[in-house]
Amino acid sequence: MYVEMRHIMKTFDGFQASNDVSFGIERGCLAALLGPSGSGKTTILRMIAGLDKPDSGDILINEARVNDLPGSKRGIGFVFQNYALFRYMTVADNIAFGLEVQKKSKAEIKSRVEELLELISMQDLGKRYPHQLSGGQRQRVAFARALAPNPQLLLLDEPFAAIDAKVRRELRTWLREMIERVGVTSIFVTHDQEEAMEVADLVIVTNQGRVEQMGTPDDICLHPETEFVADFIDTARFEALRAVEGLKQ
Amino acid sequence: MSEKKKQRMYDQDVSGDGLHSIQKVIEPPRETSRPVIKYVLIGVSVLFLFVMLILPLIVVVVNALSDGWAAYQEAVLDEYTVKALMLTLLATVTAVAVNTIFGVFSAYLLSKFYFRGRQVLASLIDIPFSISPVIAGLVFILTFGNIGWMGDFLKAHDIKIVFAVPGVVLATIFVTFPFVFRELFPVLNAQGKDEEEAAALMGAGGFTIFRRITFPHIKWALLYGVILCTARAMGEFGAVSVISGHLRGKTNTLPLHVEILYNEFNTTAAFAVSSILVLLAVLILIARNLVEWKKK
Amino acid sequence: MEQQIVKVKNKKGVKVIPGFGLSLGVTLAMLGCLVLIPLASIFISASQLSFGEFIETVTSRQVVSGYIVSFSCAFSAALINVVFGVVLAWVLVRYEFPGKRVMDGLIELPFALPTAVAGISLTYLYSDQGWIGALFDKIGVKIAYTRIGITIAMVFVGIPFVVRAVQPILEKLDRQYEEAAAMLGAGKLYTFFRVILPELFPAMLAGFGLALARGIGEYGSVVFIAGNIPYKTQIAPLLIMTKLEQYKYADATAIALVLLVISFLLMLVINSVQIYMQRFSKA
Repeated sequence: MYVEMRHIMKTFDGFQASNDVSFGIERGCLAALLGPSGSGKTTILRMIAGLDKPDSGDILINEARVNDLPGSKRGIGFVFQNYALFRYMTVADNIAFGLEVQKKSKAEIKSRVEELLELISMQDLGKRYPHQLSGGQRQRVAFARALAPNPQLLLLDEPFAAIDAKVRRELRTWLREMIERVGVTSIFVTHDQEEAMEVADLVIVTNQGRVEQMGTPDDICLHPETEFVADFIDTARFEALRAVEGLKQ
Repeated sequence: MSEKKKQRMYDQDVSGDGLHSIQKVIEPPRETSRPVIKYVLIGVSVLFLFVMLILPLIVVVVNALSDGWAAYQEAVLDEYTVKALMLTLLATVTAVAVNTIFGVFSAYLLSKFYFRGRQVLASLIDIPFSISPVIAGLVFILTFGNIGWMGDFLKAHDIKIVFAVPGVVLATIFVTFPFVFRELFPVLNAQGKDEEEAAALMGAGGFTIFRRITFPHIKWALLYGVILCTARAMGEFGAVSVISGHLRGKTNTLPLHVEILYNEFNTTAAFAVSSILVLLAVLILIARNLVEWKKK
Repeated sequence: MEQQIVKVKNKKGVKVIPGFGLSLGVTLAMLGCLVLIPLASIFISASQLSFGEFIETVTSRQVVSGYIVSFSCAFSAALINVVFGVVLAWVLVRYEFPGKRVMDGLIELPFALPTAVAGISLTYLYSDQGWIGALFDKIGVKIAYTRIGITIAMVFVGIPFVVRAVQPILEKLDRQYEEAAAMLGAGKLYTFFRVILPELFPAMLAGFGLALARGIGEYGSVVFIAGNIPYKTQIAPLLIMTKLEQYKYADATAIALVLLVISFLLMLVINSVQIYMQRFSKA
């Protein structure tokens, strides 16, 4: 297991955000935390990142307990829901930031930034500022910025929420391909079942601070284990989707 | 509560920014169908501003020059006037420096961190804004004066604060205390803390985060706060008047010097010295408007 | 039980962003040394007064009349400011005319102009030989050295508060309200009083409160035009000043304490009304 959560409990002002959450994710896996809003999925992601601390329970990354390790020492890249791009820095400076604080050499930073700009197909846009970019481009920059210091684990908080429906589908495929290409273990949070089913290898369904079920997209759709999962996942729509994909192939 | 109010103002700002600015562009300010009301209202406004704000300025200039240019020069270049100007500058510069340091740290603290007592702290910072300047001066007399609880200690060590320059500076700092904070806080609060969190996750240290991420957001607001603070600091009268003891050439600031001259029935000189302050005020006003325009 | 302790410990959450300790330290140290400790002296001093003395001081005829002068003038000035403040804000937001930007920039003049300068200038202007004072003198109205003069000085220092409180709200006010009202056949004036004014009310109240507080505390611009005639035009801050000049520190403290408490109560009331109104208007 690369990432492991063991009996995590977390309350915010009396609100139970995580109630005995336990799961594990293998190295190289692309996992989705799926659930309705308020189900505690973002809290789980933030705790893995070290942005929140669990009340009790253990978080393990690469077999080591990281509860008391600051987020910056956990070897993770984080893509915020609204990207949190540095508004007063160019695209290139945004991507370079993580490397700069690690005191990498100028030449190394330059080549890495170019490499990443190419990866996200924005070679010519390095000098632009975030406000001059489209939503999709911003997401790509946030992705590149998170990847720049070569994290072992990539966390994405609702990566498609701020993008309009048309572009979203395209970006989904793009992101899945990118993550496969880079080969980084990734966890993303979403409330959109279609998104989770299409992109992830492993889906973890959360509800009211608990993990309802985890498994492959097929598992979850075809064999929902709890009433909640059966209700939440629109099986019929999923089957239709698969059928269309089957036809395409 | 002032916390809540600020929060609300910012919400409105955010929603206003997107939708309404567009609306404003598309839709030129619509004139009312009855221009009579429009002209009456504009007329009332112009008259009000002229009588209330412009006339007092004209009075200053006219009276300052009423005894001719030579008399004006003499009043302005008088030894005590120059000394008063120097003290005003000293108090203003110190107040601005202290304010800037405090404003930056406190606004950063209250906008980027959540901790118990945040609201209380914000209201405490606002206190000097809501109390009479005379009381602001009084509190220093009650602290450092002969009857103050630190009075004996200061006397034993021969430190003079009340009726001396340190008192004037302290009183000026007190009355201007919340100015920079008040300008920075809404800006930092509206910005949120995602960018700082993202940078911290990448391992950036506090100074790097402040210099590269927080500071670019607040530089105009900071300048704006400094301008407001300057205006208030150089013009402070009540608090300084209580604590200065009016020692001519020693603890007299420009506004106090104006008072002394006026009370000596040296009206022309009082207005001549005032004209320096009017000039500074007008410069500050222009700077304020330039910065506000630049902020947008 | 163990769970409970852990929870409390974590209540603060993680401080991901560095600099919490430093910022907290600097903020508390500066606030404490420069504001809170000096301010505490007033309570320390007040606690040394006997209750009888305290009551005697603050209920003496001169002190009571000082409070009355301060409050009545500040109250009238704040009311006048609300009327003109709304008109000014309206003109600045809704109309286009040459010189509008200059006019907008001028509003802050009372913030920028030192109060002593404003004080002597207004006194000159409104004294019975002054440009405006002479006009009124002819019809037998004295302005300088009366409560009218004090009120005028307070209008001067308070006007920016109301304009700057109302202006942003008016700018963001959805014109669809007015259009909806107009569609229903409401006249302009009716629409203004029934639709727009209620929306502006919380902001007007905020501006009123700030102008009132400023007026009560104001010293520099008022003291010259007031003339300081005992029982007639002596304002409360001036009484504090006079007591200090006579080295009556206990009296000064007592007067200041009452002024402080009343100002705080006043702000509390206005804030509560404002919050209540806001809730009401959101519904």
